[in-house]
Parts: sequence; C-alpha cells; structure tokens
Amino acid sequence: MFLVFTDLASWLIYGVVGLDANTRLGTALHFFVEDVSKIFALLIAMIYVIALVRASLNVERVRNYLAGKRRGIGYLFGSLFGAITPFCSCSSIPVFLGFSSAGIPVGITMAFLLTSPLINEVAILLLLSLLGWKFTLIYIAVGMGVGILGGLFLDSIKAERWLQSFAAEALHKAQQGASLTVTGVTEKMESMPFSRRHQFAKEETLEIFGRVWKWVILGVGLGAALHGFIPEGWLESHLGDGQWWSVPGAVLLGIPLYSNATGVIPVMESLIVNGLPVGTTMAFCMSTVAASLPEFILLKQVMQWRLLVIVFLMLLLAFTTIGWLLNALTPYM
Amino acid sequence: MKNIQVLGSGCTKCKKTAELIEETARELGIATQVTKVTDAQTIMVYGVMSTPAVVVDEQLVHSGSVPHSNEIEQWLK
Repeated sequence: MFLVFTDLASWLIYGVVGLDANTRLGTALHFFVEDVSKIFALLIAMIYVIALVRASLNVERVRNYLAGKRRGIGYLFGSLFGAITPFCSCSSIPVFLGFSSAGIPVGITMAFLLTSPLINEVAILLLLSLLGWKFTLIYIAVGMGVGILGGLFLDSIKAERWLQSFAAEALHKAQQGASLTVTGVTEKMESMPFSRRHQFAKEETLEIFGRVWKWVILGVGLGAALHGFIPEGWLESHLGDGQWWSVPGAVLLGIPLYSNATGVIPVMESLIVNGLPVGTTMAFCMSTVAASLPEFILLKQVMQWRLLVIVFLMLLLAFTTIGWLLNALTPYM
Repeated sequence: MKNIQVLGSGCTKCKKTAELIEETARELGIATQVTKVTDAQTIMVYGVMSTPAVVVDEQLVHSGSVPHSNEIEQWLK
C-alpha cells in the first residue's frame, strides 16, 4: 500500500533530479521524499476520520465524567482521556483549574496533563505505520504508565499543598462539596448531525495539519540526515549495547530540545533503524516531548516552584527508569 | 456599549478571536470594548477550560475555538 510513495520518491529523485541511488545524498533525499509524502497522506486521511468520531468529545465532558470517579480508577481514566481528548497545550492552565474546581484530585488532573502530549492519535498512527504494532504498544503503555504512576505519586506526597493559593482554595472548596456552579457551553455538542461532524473534522484536519506539517519535515529531515550521513553501524557500535549512562544522557539531551510527538517519531524511526537501543531512543523522545521548559514555566501560574521542580525531576527519573528497563528487556521482546 | 472579553492564555487563536470581533464590530458600526484576559484566576472564575472563550457583558457565550463571523454578529446585536 505504501509502495506508491517509494515509486514517487524514486521518480522524483532518481528520475527528475537525476541523482544516483548509490550516493549518500541520493539515498537521503529519497528517504526524505518517501517519508514526507507518506506521512502527509496518512496524516490528512487519519486526522479527518478520527475527528469525525470524536467530534462530540471535549474537556468539559471529560471533567464531568472524571469528577464522579473513585481515585483508583480515576488515574487510569485521567490518563486515557489525556490520550484521546483533543486539546491544545496552550489550554493546560484552564484545564488544570477547571478540573481542580470540580474537585478532581491533583494526581488525576496531572495524569491527564502528563499523558496528553505523549500520546495522541497522530502519534499512534505514525508509530504504527513506521515502526509496527509491537513498538506502538510499548509506546502507549509507557506513555500511560508515566501519567498514571506520576499522578499516584503526586497524590501520595499531597502535591496540593504546593499549588498557588487560589488554585488550592478552589480545589479545597469543591472537595468540601461547595462545587462552583460551572456554567458554560457544556452540553451543546450532544447528538451531532453528520454535517456538523464533517465541518468539525474538516476544520480539525486543517488546523492540526497546519500545526504539524513543519514538524514532520523537520523530523524527517533530521531522520534523513541520520540515515544518509551517519556511517552504517556507527550508532550501533558506540551506543548499541545500551551503556547505562547513555540513557540519562539521552534524557538530558532531550530537555533543551523541544518537539511534539508528531515531529519526534520520524527521528525515533531512524535512530532505531540505525541501531540505537529501544530504551535509549524512547528515553530521548519522551524527554523531548514531555519535559520542555517553556511548557513548564506556564504551569508556574498554578503551581509553586517546589511542586514544579518535583514534577520535572519526577519526569526525568521516570524516563531514565523506562529507558533502562526497556534496554534490559529488549533481548526478551 | 457592549463589553466583550476574550479569555485565553495568549495563544495565536486568542489573538485571532479578538481581532475578528473588533473587525466585525467596526463593519457593523457597533460600539464595543474588546479586552483580552490572560489571567488564569479570572479564566477560572468563568469556568472555562478550552480557550479561546468569549464573554459578552459578563455572560460566557463561547469556548474552545475561533468563533464564526455569523456567531460574532449575533453577539453584537
């Protein structure tokens, strides 16, 4: 099914441009054109179809649903909804406050917010098409694991102590039962006719595609550069044994780098194909996506420095542990 | 005069929303005061979780996307 993109790339690079298939530049450009055209086509088709299905899901509904849940199951659902609910990272502050003023514990809210950047439908479908179902399952398990365990941990240390005072107050009030009367446009999306769904899906496709296309080009470009210019086997012989220090190194390297999941997956593919161990790759990519300083600074509006630092360190530690674990388990997979 | 607030943490969509409302008001010749609210605490008071959101005369009318121009016209009338 994907052969058409290989043919397109061969025609363009070897035919029209006239590069030799045996040169580094030739293979790198071929890889680039093939991957970008394939990913673009997949993205447009998939974002549209998924948006059709989830047109009636929104954060307001998720909040109402989570507010009635017991704790144990709350972390699981918080993380699950974080993965599937459409929501832009610029809304994380209002979402945090909205959840808190509905009396949802900080840990469950954080399970939602931590999982959200790591897993989304675009990332999952890209992974499936580039790296196969096994790796996709590992990725989903790891992403949700970080959200769920992170949420549990934050509640166990009573993280609500270190919220900014107005946020803590809202949470406290709501948990006392004096929940804020939440007005708004909550239920307007009930039973949507197809025309509305189509309209939503169309806008969603344009919007998401408009946001991610440059990341895809950047990601695949980097991937192509790695593909064509790192000597075959170099990564494997230097980092291929999953040396213990390479994992925390990868996590630290990921902090200053910032990408969303869409951009990082093509890079992930070429790192793995070039022989970087799965755990090291995963640690690097998760750190790039989830531990980004600009996003963290935003959370300062609702959290005191102390909690902010705790959450950040928690993530770094989690990614390192995951990297080591996956590297150790690789021989058995 | 209509008092319109656009709630949102300063993302591009929020700016677009504010501009669109100002533009529509000018076209229709309706006097309006459009303010952008980025303060998290105020946004919380309105119970808004997806930005940009629009508040007309203290009443929340919209949240989660850049509104369509026909919606804006309705609020202004």
